[in-house]
Order: sequence, then structure tokens, then C-alpha cells
Amino acid sequence: MQILFKTRYEDDIRFLAKIGEKVRVGLVVAFLLAAPLFLQNYYLAELGMLLVYAIAGIGLMALTGHTGQVSFGHAAFLGIGAYCHSVLLSHGVPFSVSVVLTMVLTGLIGMALGRSASKMHGFYLAIATLAFLILIETVLGEWSSVTGGYSGFVVPDLKIFGVSLTDVWQQYYVDLLFALLVIWGVSNLFRGPTGRSFLAVRDSELSARSLGVNVEWVKIQAFGVSAAITGLAGVLMAHHLTYLAPDVFNVLESLKLLLMIVVGGLGSVLGAIFGAIFISLLPVALSFLKDVLPPEIGQQAGLEPLLFGLIIVLFILFEPAGIYGRWMKLRFFFETFPYYRKASFVRQKSYLKTERMR
Amino acid sequence: MTQAQTLSVRNLSIEFGGVHAVEDVSFDVEPGEVFAIIGPNGAGKSTIFNLISRLYEPTTGSIRYGDQDLLKLPAHSIVKTGIARTFQNIELFEQATVLQNLLVGRHSRMAGNPFSNFLFTPSVKKSEIKHRRKVEDIIDLLEIAQYRDERIADLSYGARKNVELARALCAEPSMLLLDEPASGLNNEETDDVGFWLEDIKHDLGVTLVMVEHDMNLVGQVADRVMAINDGHLLAIGTPDEVRSNADVQQAYLGVSQ
Repeated sequence: MQILFKTRYEDDIRFLAKIGEKVRVGLVVAFLLAAPLFLQNYYLAELGMLLVYAIAGIGLMALTGHTGQVSFGHAAFLGIGAYCHSVLLSHGVPFSVSVVLTMVLTGLIGMALGRSASKMHGFYLAIATLAFLILIETVLGEWSSVTGGYSGFVVPDLKIFGVSLTDVWQQYYVDLLFALLVIWGVSNLFRGPTGRSFLAVRDSELSARSLGVNVEWVKIQAFGVSAAITGLAGVLMAHHLTYLAPDVFNVLESLKLLLMIVVGGLGSVLGAIFGAIFISLLPVALSFLKDVLPPEIGQQAGLEPLLFGLIIVLFILFEPAGIYGRWMKLRFFFETFPYYRKASFVRQKSYLKTERMR
Repeated sequence: MTQAQTLSVRNLSIEFGGVHAVEDVSFDVEPGEVFAIIGPNGAGKSTIFNLISRLYEPTTGSIRYGDQDLLKLPAHSIVKTGIARTFQNIELFEQATVLQNLLVGRHSRMAGNPFSNFLFTPSVKKSEIKHRRKVEDIIDLLEIAQYRDERIADLSYGARKNVELARALCAEPSMLLLDEPASGLNNEETDDVGFWLEDIKHDLGVTLVMVEHDMNLVGQVADRVMAINDGHLLAIGTPDEVRSNADVQQAYLGVSQ
């Protein structure tokens, strides 16, 4: 059992205070940096995609997990990000400028959505964001002069400062760079006043308000930050897909993002990363299932959404804190061995509060 | 700390669809005093607090703090005038730690935007440490150091009450609205609250307005008491005056002497 002696206020602000945390994070980062040396291209591309999903998950986590605002529409921000970036690139805008412009645009659209959703709660918010997603999906499909419509849009090659980065490993490093940046930035956000005001709005709008937190503005900010990060994920995803069609960014994709953060564990950046790993392994399990199950069930069209829904329900019932919660319990078990008891962790309720006194 | 001011409430009324929760209530709270509001359940005590902190919109009336018209301000600007509050059913940020809760208490005094926070610039860090110092002063005052890193969800009721009081104090208010500071506490804890309220009044110079049922506590700390019933003002005066007022006795006991 390790006891941390804190002698300065910086000790509470610092990331990775414990040695074990430093070692674990160091190992993971080292693995990620070295991955192109020993992974085949296929797996490397999958790992890159996992990082992209992790970014999108962190984006949604900031909104749903940390600010308590449900969004069924986050695939729309992936879509806007992917399309905006691809269209800008095809008009000759350089990558670095395009990424910034795309994040600004998705952020602004997110803020606009947040402005109109700031008075809504729970179920109504979920429906409103779902409507937003359908709207964006339709716009992407119908606005064919810009987006190429339903016939799709070819994503220009990844080129940064004139250097073409078309190899899988090059693209992977771009993903990794942005993923690390987002993880660091969002973790920063939640050790500062802005992030704390997000948490405050999640847990009690009433007292947040009387402590001087402008609740509407916080929600607009949260939507903006979340949309910008998800837009960034869309940018990177576009280069993975190489070919965009509006129906890629549909309700199922939104559900997948939600599944990710619920399964990963609401309210922590690490949870979003766990969720991304889970989501990336799910297709493997699914294809395995399809082989094992009798063809009448295995070949059914709705198997995937069914499985998504089932997993969300099971997690909410049996482990509301998600994989992150399990991970904390496991760590606690080893750190306090042999004192761990079942009651050491009271069952935590989920953050997705729908109603409370306002 | 903002300068203590006079809170003056004039002809305050609010209706909820035909129910007159508060009707034509006027009172002044002078700087430095402890002002208690008493009354039976449903009398409109908490409603008055919610009106002062702008969570409710009054039908008529005016609320001024010093020379500021509170009715012109949105709810989140009230704390900047120097008025902080606690809630009857503790409204803490449950999934956050005590420290985070207390730092949110400093929110009205912290500047910050998502960009500088995202990068955690040196100025953000400096401000974090500066505000942490203030928070530690309050932690010392209310003796909650042992809970500092606990999540609220893991705390007992009594500890939560203290943390909520501490969080309100972190805003460095000149006036504190306390909604039933002693409800749900045992005798010993209630005595502690009494001492702390005295400390807060004398050491920090905070004007206290409290809604409270515990008449011993009210008698112990309050300078003046206002009794209300069914949204109407019954009496204002010293604790003894109010206790011996015929209307107040009728409201509480149903008999007139």
C-alpha cells in the first residue's frame, strides 16, 4: 500500500502522482510509439482507428459524462468534421489550416446546438440531439453541390506541410499525436475552473447557479468543446475511410459512441479510452459470434444494433461505473490487499440524471 | 470580501398558479446581525431564500442589497454581490471530491476560459494555487481536513452539511443565507453549528440569515427573528418578543392566549 505524502498544493494538481500510474502510462505510450515496428499494416490501421474513436469518445465524454448532457447526435459532429475537412482539402486548403477551421466550425455548430438545448433536460435533450443528427445527415446527403450527395465524396490524401503522409504508419502517428494532445488537454480542462463548472452543472444545476456558475453558458461551452473534439475525430476518421457517404454518420454511429462511454465508464477520460478499446474489439467478437451461432440467428440483419443495446442495458444494470469502475476496484484491491471488502465500493449510481429539482 | 450591506426586501410576493406562497413580506437585514426566519412547514421560508437568490421570479416587490437591485441580476450574479447560500436538501456536487466542491465555491472569483484551461497555462496554475490557499483557510475553520479528498457520495449527512457550509463560505460572502443549518443533526452537532455560526459572524464579519426550526439554536445565535405563516409576515423582533407574540403562538400551537 502506497501512501502519498503531499507537501505542496502542486501535488494535488499534478497528473500521475503515483509511481504505478507513471509506469503504466509510460508503458502504454511506449507501446503506442513503437507499435509500427511490430504491427502489420492492418492492425496498425485498426489501432489508428481505435485512437480516432478514443478522441471522439473523449469528446462525447466531456459532454455526457462530465456535464451530464446526453447527446444522441454526436455522429453528426463526426460527419460535419469529416466533410468540412475533406471539402476544404479538395479546395486546396492546407491540412493544418483545415483542421483548425473544421474544429472552429464544429465547435460553433456545437455551441449553437448547446444554446438551443440549454433549457432541455434528459429525455427531451436526447430527442432534440437525435433530431439534429437526422437533420445533418439529410443536409450532407442533399447538399450535393458541395458534399457530393449520396454518391459520396473522395477524401484527398493526407498531406501536412507539403509532405505526403499516405503510408499507414505515417497516418498512425498523426492519429497518435492528436489523441495524446486531446487526452492531455481534456485532462487539463478538468483540473481547472472550466472543467469544475462542467461537473458542477452535472451534479446540481441549482447550487452551481447560486455559486456563480452561468449554467446556460457552461452548457454552451460544453457542447462547443465536445463538438470541436468530435469534429477533430471526424477529420482523422475521414482519412481512414478515404471515401465519405452521409449514411456513415447515422444513428447507429451515435449509439456506438454512447455505448463506448457508458461501457467505458461515465465521467472519466480513461473511461472513454477503455470504451474505444471495447468498441474496436467488438467487431472481432461479432464475427466470431456469427460463425458460432446457427445461421438463422447469426445472419440476421439487426444483430449488431441488438448487441449494442444489450450491452448498454447490461452495463447500466450491473456495472454503472463501466470498465473504468472495474479498473478502479481492481486497483484498489491490489493497493489495499488484503483489506479489500465487497462493501469497500458502494454501488455508484450513473451520472445520466434525467430529472431533479430545478 | 465585499463590504457588508443592508438587505432590504419590500412588499415581496410570489404566486405559484393561484397559491400565494409569499405575500407582501417586507423586512430589512442589517449588516453584521444574525437574522432568523421561522414558521411552520410550508410557510414560505425557503421560498423567500429562493427569491433572494433569484431562483424564483417574484410576482411583485423589490429586493435590494445595498444599492444593488437584485431583481435586475440573473441568479448566477447574486453571489458576486456578496450573497451566498446553502440548501435545505443539501445540494452538493455528489460525484466530485470535497476539494472540488469547495473550489467551485470560489468560481465567482476565478477567471478562466476553456482555451487557457485546455492548455493549463502557468497563469491558470497560479490561480489554482492562490484559490486553494483560501479554500484551506475555510477547511481549517470548519475542521473538515480529513474529508478533503473524499467523494461527497461517500460522506455522512453531518459531514455533508459542514461541507455545504464551507462551500458557501469559500465564495467569501458578506451575507450568508442558511436554509436549516441544523436540520437532521444531533444535539452535539447542532451545538457545533451554533459555535461555527458565532465564529463566522465575529471572525469573518458575515451577516447571517437563516431559516431554522430549532428554537434553541435560534435563541442562542439570532439577534432578530421574523416569523411567517402561510406566506404572511407575523412578527419581527428579538427571539423573546417573537416567541411571546400571540399570532406566532397561534400559528404554531393553534391556540391564542
